[in-house]
Amino acid sequence: MLSRVADHLYWMARYTERAENLARMLDVNCRMTLLRSDEDAVRRRWSSTLETVGQLEPFLAARGTVTQAAAIEWLSFERGNPGSIGQCLGLARENAHAVRGTLTSEAWETLNATWLEFRRFRPGAVAQGAAGDFFEWVKFRSHLARGVIQGTMLADDALEFTWLGTYLERADNTARILDARFLLLAEDAARADEAGDYYEWSALLRSVSAFEIYRKVYRDLITPRRVAELLVLREAMPRSLRHCMARVHGTLARVANDRSAETLRRAGELHAGLQYGRIDDAFARGLRDYLSRFLVDTSRLGARIADDFLVSEA
Amino acid sequence: MAVTRIFDEMHADGGSVRPHYRTYASWLAEVPSERIREKRAEADLLFRRAGITFAVYGDETGTERLIPFDIVPRIIPSAEWEMLQRGLRQRVTALNAFLHDIYHDQEILRAGRIPAEQILCNTQYRPEMQGIDLPMDVYAHIAGVDLVRAGEGEYFVLEDNLRVPSGVSYMLEDRKAMMRLFPELFARCPVSPVEHYPDLLLETLRSVAPAGVRDPTVVLLTPGAHNSAYFEHAFLAQQMGIELVEGQDLIVDDGVVSMRTTQGPRRVDVIYRRIDDDFLDPLAFRPDSMLGVPGLLAAYREGSVTVCNAVGTGIADDKSTYPYVPEMIRFYLGEEPVLANVPTFVLRREEDLAYTLAHLDELVVKEVHGAGGYGMLIGPRASRAEIDAFRDRILSDPSRYIAQPTLALSSCPTFVEAGLAPRHVDLRPFVLSGRDVVMVPGGLTRVALREGSLVVNSSQGGGTKDTWVLEARDDGC
Repeated sequence: MLSRVADHLYWMARYTERAENLARMLDVNCRMTLLRSDEDAVRRRWSSTLETVGQLEPFLAARGTVTQAAAIEWLSFERGNPGSIGQCLGLARENAHAVRGTLTSEAWETLNATWLEFRRFRPGAVAQGAAGDFFEWVKFRSHLARGVIQGTMLADDALEFTWLGTYLERADNTARILDARFLLLAEDAARADEAGDYYEWSALLRSVSAFEIYRKVYRDLITPRRVAELLVLREAMPRSLRHCMARVHGTLARVANDRSAETLRRAGELHAGLQYGRIDDAFARGLRDYLSRFLVDTSRLGARIADDFLVSEA
Repeated sequence: MAVTRIFDEMHADGGSVRPHYRTYASWLAEVPSERIREKRAEADLLFRRAGITFAVYGDETGTERLIPFDIVPRIIPSAEWEMLQRGLRQRVTALNAFLHDIYHDQEILRAGRIPAEQILCNTQYRPEMQGIDLPMDVYAHIAGVDLVRAGEGEYFVLEDNLRVPSGVSYMLEDRKAMMRLFPELFARCPVSPVEHYPDLLLETLRSVAPAGVRDPTVVLLTPGAHNSAYFEHAFLAQQMGIELVEGQDLIVDDGVVSMRTTQGPRRVDVIYRRIDDDFLDPLAFRPDSMLGVPGLLAAYREGSVTVCNAVGTGIADDKSTYPYVPEMIRFYLGEEPVLANVPTFVLRREEDLAYTLAHLDELVVKEVHGAGGYGMLIGPRASRAEIDAFRDRILSDPSRYIAQPTLALSSCPTFVEAGLAPRHVDLRPFVLSGRDVVMVPGGLTRVALREGSLVVNSSQGGGTKDTWVLEARDDGC
């Protein structure tokens, strides 16, 4: 298939997935601030979220101080923030529009409708109180897009590059969500209290739809180590790094061309590290360090995929 | 202006229904107006949902404009179509012969049938094409010839569109919509099918592949999703099962044109381009073009790829060349034209200029290079001030203008707010030239929806109708 078409599909999928994960991350924050509402904690939480997505500096430059409402508005609606939910949904739609002949009409109509409906939300109202409903809506639209794509599109290269974008983005996002939590944990270590912790960890699990899965898998107390294991190493967990990298590796094997051998090898290496790795080793090394390494590796993998398949110079 | 009688496609003088509309008229009389209203709303929905749009994308709201579709078909009896088809084939054959001649030996100029400076000094003449041999000697592979009827119903050719004529997707979608909305009508009326147009087009494109290519790869080159005709580009590529490429998808390496795919470069043999000459190759034409392919023209000139339509066809459909088309038919084919030109005054000629200036209030004056209904004066409808302003424009450079009598375009009943009313129509059949000259029976009927308006262009409020050519076995519909 045309490299440009593959590129549009890949980014359509990445932006859709990114919007969903951002909504998940923001949703947890909102829930947590209901629990612990001293101003300082709320400010630190939102600052850390802004930092995770690389938006703390531009936010401070534009808004001055961090408040929950301002942060939600910035991360959900701000046009000046290229990673806001709204911008992601718009870019997903724009990429879909450029290849609407390759998509089924249902797939195109779904992405288009998401964008049109998004524009009906009022940023102020969402940030002041209706944030939960909004985040639910974003997640639901992403589920819908994925389902329509899976249910209607021909299983050819177009679909392969769509899933490639979805899983690479999801691997990146799960790693970031986990990383952000461990960052706060380190800061809170001094005044850790167990009840608070329980809610923190269960909120994190809920943010990646993993709370019930955790219960089912471990039937035990929630501990940071097991949470990390679930989200990093569990193959059956659809948002785990291992699951995502298995999908990425498998897809790259199927679409391989005569220049992609090294990219395939690296994806395989990343996957193998997750397949045979132990969570204790990751903790021994420092989980944040481990996750940072993973984020660098996936970002390099993304660049290699772009070079090999998407914007190739002949 | 004297009141000219207008030829009505459906009704003869005295109001009786013409024979080829009889079946339709009796059906229409049976159908309750409530149902018609529902069907009109349904048609609107069909077109909107399918995204059959033309307006420039980029509208912030993500909504796109529809071309209004009218549910009353324009019907053409078979004998009439036979004549049109003969005339169209003859005309397009002569135009292709003319293009080949102009870019080779220029015999028609040497014979003095067309003033040489008229052609060679025209910006539409592309010296880059001089002496280049093309497969089958064909230049205008796809021609959209605009026909109008006037007076007693005789047809005239208004314009030959030989560059990147558009609109064929509406012809196909209009038919699809009509069959879906009114299946019972098609059971009653013997309407010739048009749905095989994409097959004919693909066959035509494949037939003009460079010599020696056995299984040619054909692509459709679009300016991209922001182009007003993008829907049609995507539609045709999908219907033909070929890749829809943008300039950035193509590369020229060592005289070979390839497209970038996820499996590496893949050779391209035929490019059905929907980009104007000027934007085709930044190395050869406009250097600021982001839409084209650097090096394409050189590869094309070497014959390693076929570009459809050919570069330089604009010299044949230019309004200043138009008056000479009947002469081309005589010169190249030794035949008399089947289809007449609209009588045209060429304002570079002194006597034509004098006549035109004295009759501006009766004539239509057109800019030679204008398109889409812009840059023209419709004398009978213009105010004194508009006429005076236009007179100054003409005098500043008469060679840029031609003038024609105001034609009383034929009308066809059309649904408007107030009900059924006559509206002016034209007809654009699409003629395909490759190994053979072929066309589907029909074309795009455009209708001026504003009362009295003669401008059918979609950019100026025109709509479309399904066009029915009746099959020979039975002309009563």
